[in-house]
Amino acid sequence: MSKLYMARNPRAAARSLDGEMMIMSGRDSTLFTLNRTATILWQSADGATPLDEIVEKKICAEFEVAPTEALADAESLARELAGHEILQISDGPITTPNRTAGEK
Amino acid sequence: MPELITEIERLSLVIEIGGMPVRVHTIDPNFLNLLQNRYAGFVNHRDRAEIEFDVELQRPKGVEPAADVEVSCHSGCWSLRRGDFLAEWEPAARRGWIRQTANPYSIDAVLRIVHTLVLAQQGGFLLHSASAIRNGKAFLFAGVSEAGKTTISRLAPSDVTLLTDEISYVRRRGDEYTAFGTPFTGELAKLGENVSAPISTLYFLAKGKENRIDPISPREATRSLLSNLLFFAKDEELVQAIFHSAFEFVSRVPVMRLTFVPDARVWELIR
Repeated sequence: MSKLYMARNPRAAARSLDGEMMIMSGRDSTLFTLNRTATILWQSADGATPLDEIVEKKICAEFEVAPTEALADAESLARELAGHEILQISDGPITTPNRTAGEK
Repeated sequence: MPELITEIERLSLVIEIGGMPVRVHTIDPNFLNLLQNRYAGFVNHRDRAEIEFDVELQRPKGVEPAADVEVSCHSGCWSLRRGDFLAEWEPAARRGWIRQTANPYSIDAVLRIVHTLVLAQQGGFLLHSASAIRNGKAFLFAGVSEAGKTTISRLAPSDVTLLTDEISYVRRRGDEYTAFGTPFTGELAKLGENVSAPISTLYFLAKGKENRIDPISPREATRSLLSNLLFFAKDEELVQAIFHSAFEFVSRVPVMRLTFVPDARVWELIR
């Protein structure tokens, strides 16, 4: 099974508030509020760390959830965020600058 | 031999909203008169203008085609387009043109869009909200349609100066935000006063069985603010600027929920 890599889309604007990320798509100005789990994924999306490693070290370590279930949920979420163009996903490391241009 | 070239008199006036003077040129005295009436209180004839627009009037085509507004920027020139107008504005040259029929609504839309573009780069914005000044402080009352913007404006006592019942003009000055009166009206159909004051509080309106003010979380405040901002351009840089402006505003200005019954006593809470 191939690994999935994620990188934050530099075209999205993002801010953290009360521990959760709010992100606005640069494409269509749609606003997303990420829950705690999605926020961890977003903040870990450096383009270099595979999703299964993020899930194992950051999701499973913090939440009581089975690794396979957590990975399936995380992958589904990553694909959804990629569909909105606020994340980039690839089956190989992503080398574009991973800091969101609008992040503060 | 008759004159082959006739010099056409070019008429102009300055529409100054939010402290930003925009000169409008036309050759049609009736249209100039229409603008003077439409923007009464916001019109002057000063020399200095930050933007100059030439208005080219077209004959009405019967029914104007309905279309969403499209705002885009190419090579430093903004293109503004809707069914009833076409406009271009080149910020570097401070000039632009508007092609429309002789009506006040098209140029009104162009002005709103241009102001949102200018404000976005300066940390300000236009907001779907009523606003008013009391005791030297400005209060904003935001909400979707039917939330009560017009109602609370109509209920304002005589010591309140109404800035708008529909679209508030917010400009950032250092760590402070200032609200300006606008000629952009809602149901009340009454132009705001052309004055300004520092913003004291932004209220999100809710109708209820009692008058009360409740705090709301910064997250809810930011989300509500973002959903009530006016912004038309599909421009990633400006979208990001607007996004961050909302966070900055919420970090500096108290944002509350104002629940009210539709009678004048609600203004006892606004001081």
